[in-house]
Order: sequence, then structure tokens, then C-alpha cells
Amino acid sequence: MSTVIKTENLTYTYGLGTPFEKTAVKDVNIEIEEGELCGIIGHTGSGKSTLIQHLNGLIKPTSGHIYIDGLDIWDKAVKIRDIRFKVGLVFQYPEYQIFEDTVFKDIAFGPKNMGFSEDEVKRRVEESAEIVGLKPETLLRSPFELSGGQKRRVAIAGVMAMEPKILILDEPVAGLDPKGREKILAQIKRYRDQKNATVLLISHSMEDVARFTTKILVMEGGGVFCYDTPPKVFGRASELTAMGLAVPQITRVMNRLKAAGIELDGDIYTVEYAAKKINEYLLKHKSES
Amino acid sequence: MLKDITIGQFFPGESILHRLDARFKIIITAIFIAMLFSADSVIGLVPGILFTALCYALSKIPFRLMLKSLKPIIPIILFTSVLNIFFLDGVVLFRLGFIKITYDGIEFTIIMMIRIATLIAGTSLLTYTTSPISLTDAVESLLSPFKKLKFPVHELSMMMSIALRFIPTLIEETDKIMSAQKARGADMESGGLLHRAKALVPILIPLFVSAFSRAMELALAMECRCYQGGEGRTRLKELHSRGSDYLAICVSLLFLNAAILTDLLL
Amino acid sequence: MENIIEIKDVTFRYQSEEETSTSVNVLEHINLNIKKGEFVAVLGHNGSGKSTLAKLCNAILTPTSGVVKSYGYDTADEDKLFDIRRKIGMVFQNPDNQLVATVVEEDVAFGLENIGVPTDKMRVRVDEALKAVDMYEYRGHAPHKLSGGQKQRVAIAGIIAMKPECIVLDEPTAMLDPRGREEVINTVRMLNRDFGITIVLITHYMEEAAQADRIIVIDGGQVLLDGKPEDVFSKVTLLKSVGLDVPQVTELMFILHEQGLDTDTHIISEDMAAEALLKLLK
Repeated sequence: MSTVIKTENLTYTYGLGTPFEKTAVKDVNIEIEEGELCGIIGHTGSGKSTLIQHLNGLIKPTSGHIYIDGLDIWDKAVKIRDIRFKVGLVFQYPEYQIFEDTVFKDIAFGPKNMGFSEDEVKRRVEESAEIVGLKPETLLRSPFELSGGQKRRVAIAGVMAMEPKILILDEPVAGLDPKGREKILAQIKRYRDQKNATVLLISHSMEDVARFTTKILVMEGGGVFCYDTPPKVFGRASELTAMGLAVPQITRVMNRLKAAGIELDGDIYTVEYAAKKINEYLLKHKSES
Repeated sequence: MLKDITIGQFFPGESILHRLDARFKIIITAIFIAMLFSADSVIGLVPGILFTALCYALSKIPFRLMLKSLKPIIPIILFTSVLNIFFLDGVVLFRLGFIKITYDGIEFTIIMMIRIATLIAGTSLLTYTTSPISLTDAVESLLSPFKKLKFPVHELSMMMSIALRFIPTLIEETDKIMSAQKARGADMESGGLLHRAKALVPILIPLFVSAFSRAMELALAMECRCYQGGEGRTRLKELHSRGSDYLAICVSLLFLNAAILTDLLL
Repeated sequence: MENIIEIKDVTFRYQSEEETSTSVNVLEHINLNIKKGEFVAVLGHNGSGKSTLAKLCNAILTPTSGVVKSYGYDTADEDKLFDIRRKIGMVFQNPDNQLVATVVEEDVAFGLENIGVPTDKMRVRVDEALKAVDMYEYRGHAPHKLSGGQKQRVAIAGIIAMKPECIVLDEPTAMLDPRGREEVINTVRMLNRDFGITIVLITHYMEEAAQADRIIVIDGGQVLLDGKPEDVFSKVTLLKSVGLDVPQVTELMFILHEQGLDTDTHIISEDMAAEALLKLLK
């Protein structure tokens, strides 16, 4: 696997020289491998949103470097618009960016800006609509008469249609009901599998992050606290809790069992895994006694 | 960035200026404007400048903020200055082809630049030191005689206050929508006038849609909190005039006199 | 306990512009009573009609057929509108769109100004309300500078300053981060416990619903389940079939039960789960 995103001493300070000056991102060094499904967690104000806006060049760092596919994105030879096509960014509550009078046109906005032929635009719109589960007849409707969850999927499809190699989403399931959350997470995974893309997503739900990602980036106070696989990250439950980040409920229960002297081996952070481990434990102890 | 705009912002504080009755502050601002426009010479502007300086000192608002409030109007000042310098008749100082610079042109331009800068710096103090609610209450109170003429004074001040409340929210939202569309490859920095106007559509439509839905929700929330117009409403902070308010009016009138006199005598 | 809100055979349908047959019933023949002092959570997926139900309680909407009685007043009676709204306050989802004023304390005073409370009494009630939600030190701040959780607490203060007997909260935590959610839920529980205010909380979050005295599950415009949290959540398969979820611990107990272990599926909290598992594994 090769590294697709790399940052070097990335630092960003808001309102430099004003009384509101604040360093939002401090000396961040990360390397993200191709094909990873990376969850980003951290408090509001930990620098998550600022970090991801750096990765497609919407914010220029105060100091440090960002490399996408090995290219320094602020190098004079690099066109920042090309980087934005390579790194798709879906903002929080993206349904608020919808503006066209049909779903088709709105999804087509990105690919059109990239200068593709009409046929290619059509192919991309249809394909991304399919990934997010929008029916062909929905494409002709006005996006403003759709439900909240459908609008959200139109907006996400609008970025997917640009077929970015790296797809970044800021809390894509915020405010949705459990079923809606599940659907969108599955669709994001589908995009990654179909296009061999790398996905980064910010989430406040530890349960979602635990089930869904291959790597987790934990941010604290503008810096990186750790970047590792879910078991390793949730293995540091006490540190995360001290930071005020909730670990999944299931992990908290398992940690209490551990404290009471019942050692279920492995770091448990999903319900299915917990059930499996409990059964194994019971089997082992029954055969012993 | 849009977030850097300071005009119209309120900086909470406890200074003498903050505590003045908002109605009086509006009247004083009017007197201040008269001060600046009664003067036709640089010297005549001195009382107005001194008055502004005095108010800044009393308000404890950092000087830096004043400079910041002037920044957005620099292009306007420069533009009008250039027009005045080149197109005003009078004693010619310099001539190149059809372009000429006159003594009167320069003098008038200097007066005008000082006047506009002082005007903006001074009037900004009104919003810097007065909470938007007091300001709108004051407008309502000053306009209340017009109620008899069926003029919707309360509604007007309510609208003003809601507008002030939502300006920062909508600015933030505009920033966000712009970023989102840029991420979808919208090109807002290049192209001709028509292209740029067209590039605004993806920003303006979402902004209007969201502003409308905010307005609907806000109206609902207000109704749930028993809002039924201006009839029978009371206030958390009633406007009370005190001795210091009248004193402030007197001081500003003195400065107005000084401005008129220096202009006449010197 | 006396019923403060009585919903009798209520059907609701949004009136569409052109009289087409496509407009469907959002709620269908619903019967519900809310008792004084209860903490009720309402669950249901988006579009299930739970928000509509909330809006019927304080006469924002009136039923297409059937009767809603709040504190004995028929909500269809327009003369009683403000009597109902003074008793039943409402908090909405988007914290930005319910704050009217540019200063926190002025916003809290807004409702009191509307009902003509004298200035001196108003000051006391505003301060009390701000202290109750722990936002007193922010009284001079501008709302747009606050975090989502703080804004929502200001909105709640604006409601409790009016001394309502019941508060209906329509997904008050949907747009907040975990810390903001906790702040708001703790505030809501405190209002119920210490002030005896009846709470109707509409939410997507199962952990929040688990803290209520009673859960009502709405699906397809009808009441699907109504009961104690542990009883409602024990119906794991049914809840999942209507697009809802259960707390992780309940799900674990359910899976273990399905696999033939003798576990109690009425477990909804971390404490209960830890205790039950210790017993099982020791």
C-alpha cells in the first residue's frame, strides 16, 4: 500500500494578529495509506474540521506541508482546483448546499465544473445516484421537495460524482435516525469498495466509528493524540474517557468486567464481538470445571 | 474573510459611553454629524476630531478597532478623492494635457477624506457601545410619536433587532456554502463579470432557501413564546435618562458650537 | 395522577394546496395521555409522525379529526392559544433558529416581555432561569458565540422563565456534539426531578430515551409501543424492523439470549449490564 495523504508539521492559526487569534491545528504529522477507511474523532474545537479543509486546499496552512499522492499541494506547479477534484469534501449538513431545480442537475454540478462531456457527466450522475440509493425517477424531481435524509444523499452523491480518489466527510450522518445512519454509512463503504478510494470521516458516534472504520485518528487540542486501528485505539479507553470522549457503551461494560477480575481477551468494541467472546469464555470455563 | 467585518458589531463594556441612554446616543450621533458637515475648512473639522478622540478615550474601545472599521471604506475614500483632485476647478498647480490638479481640489479632497474617516470612526462608536437591543428600543422610542399615524414602529424595531441577531449567523453560513461549492469545483475567482455573476447562483440560492427556513422556524418559536406584537409588551431593560445623559448632550452641543465658530472665525 | 395532555382519536393530515388524494395521514387515530410530572420519550424514525405529535400538544397544529386537550383546554379553541402555550413550552431542534435576541439575557426575557411581566419581576425570573440551566455567567454574551449545547440551554432558560408546567422538546440534541447532548439531557432531567416539570422528549438517541420514565414508539402514524424503557427496548426485533435501535447493552443481552443463554433482555443501562454479566460469568 502507498501513502495517499501526508502532512508535515501542519499548523494553522485563525485571525492571525487579531484579539481572536487561535491556533486550530498544531504541528500535525499524519500519513494515511491508500484504501483506508479512517474515522476522525475528537471534541468540537479539537481541530478536526480545520484539518480536513486543509486536505483539499480550502484552507492554506500557516506553516507546514500537505502532500496528496506525493504532490505538495501548495507547490507553484500544482493547480489547487485539480487537488479539489482529487480530494472530495462533503461538509456537515451538506443538504444546505443544494441549489439546482432537479436532483440530476445538482449532482452534475461537480462533474460539469471538471469539464467532462455530457455523456460522461450523465454516467457519473447515474452511477453515484445508484450508490446512494436514489431511484432513477428521483433524478428528475426537485431536490427541495425531498425528505431530509434524501437531500443528504443527493448532496453526498454530488461529491461522489466527481469520483474523488479521496473522499472526506464531516459528520455525514449527523441528525439522522438509526436507519438513515446505517444506510449512508453502508453507501460510503460501497463507494470506497467500487472506486478503490480512500475515505476519511469525522464522527461523534464512537459506536459507528468502531463498527465501520479500519483506522481511527484521535485529535485533541489541535494535535494528533493517536492514529491506529480501532482495537488499539479503544484499548486506551481510560485515556479517551479522561479526554471526555465516550468510548462505545459495550467497551465500558467490558472494562468494568475486567476491573471485576473477568478477563475476556482482546479489545472489545462491537456488540457481536462481545457476544462471541462471552460465549468463548463460558465454553472455556465450563470445560475447565 | 467575511468574518473580519466589525462595522455594526457590539463590544460589551461598562464605560461611561456604554451606560449612556441609547436614545441620547442617537441624538448625539446626529449632533456629531452636524459638527462634521458644518465645517468647510480643515480647522473647522478639529472640534469634530477632538470629539471623536474624546469619545474613544471614554469608551475604552481599543484604537486598533477604529482603524479596522476604517479599512473597508478605504477604496471608497480613494475613489472619491481621485475624482475630486482631478475634476475640481480652481487655482491650477500642475497640468499635463487635459489632466490638471488644482489647489482647491487638493484642499477639498483632504477635507473630505478627514470628514469621511471621522464620520465612520465616530458613528461606529454608536454600535460598538450600544447593544443592538437597546439600539432598536431607542429607535422605537424615538419614533413612537409616529405610532399615532399608524406607522408600524414596533414591527420595524423588531425586524431590525432580528436582522442584527442573524447577520453573524448568515455570514457564517455564506462562508460555509462558499467553501462547499468550491469543494465541488465552483470557480469564483476567475472569468468575466457575467461568469462571476453566474458563479454566485450556487451560493445565493442555498443562502435564500436556508434564510427562509430559518425565518419560518423562528416565527414558530416566537409564537410558542407567546409573541403577539407590540401590544402590552414590557421590557427587561427600560430606557431611563439620567443627568449624565443630558450632560452628554450639552457637551456635544458645545463641540458643535466650537465647530461652527472655528469655521466662521478662522 | 392527572392527565395534562389528552389525545383522543386524533388523525392528522397536512392540508395540501390542491385537493389531491395523495396527502396521507401523518397520524392515524392516536390515543395517548401524558400525566403530570412524567418524563416521556417519543421515538420513531424520520417521517413517523413524532414531530407532528409534539406540535399538536401546544396547538401549533390542530388535529384533522379527534380532540387534543391540553390542561383541559381544547387546542382547537383559538381563544385559549396563549393559555396553553404559557403552560406548555417548546424547544426546537436547531438552536440558532429559536434565539431572537442578540444578548443571552434579553433572549431569556423575550417570552416574559410578550406576556407583560413587570420589569423588576422579570429581572428576577431571568436570573433564576439562567442559573437553573447553569448559563448565568454567560448572560451578557452574544448567542452566536456560544456552543450548540449552550445555545440550547439558553433556549430552555427562555422557556422555564415563563414557569411552564410542561416542556415539549423536539429533537433538542440532534444537532449537538456528545458533550452538548449530555449538557442538555442533564438539564432536562434536572427540570423534571427538581422542578417537577413534565417532559416530552422527542429523540433519535436510544441512550437518551433510556433515561425516561416512559417511552412511546411511533411508527406509520400510530403508537407501536408504549411502556417502561426496559419493556420497550426488550422488543429488539420489532424496534429494528421499524428502523430504530436499542442500547448496545440491550442488544448484547438479546444476542446472548438468542444463542441460548439465560440472560435478561430487560437490561438498558451499563450498570445493569455489568451486574448481569458478572453473575453470568462468575
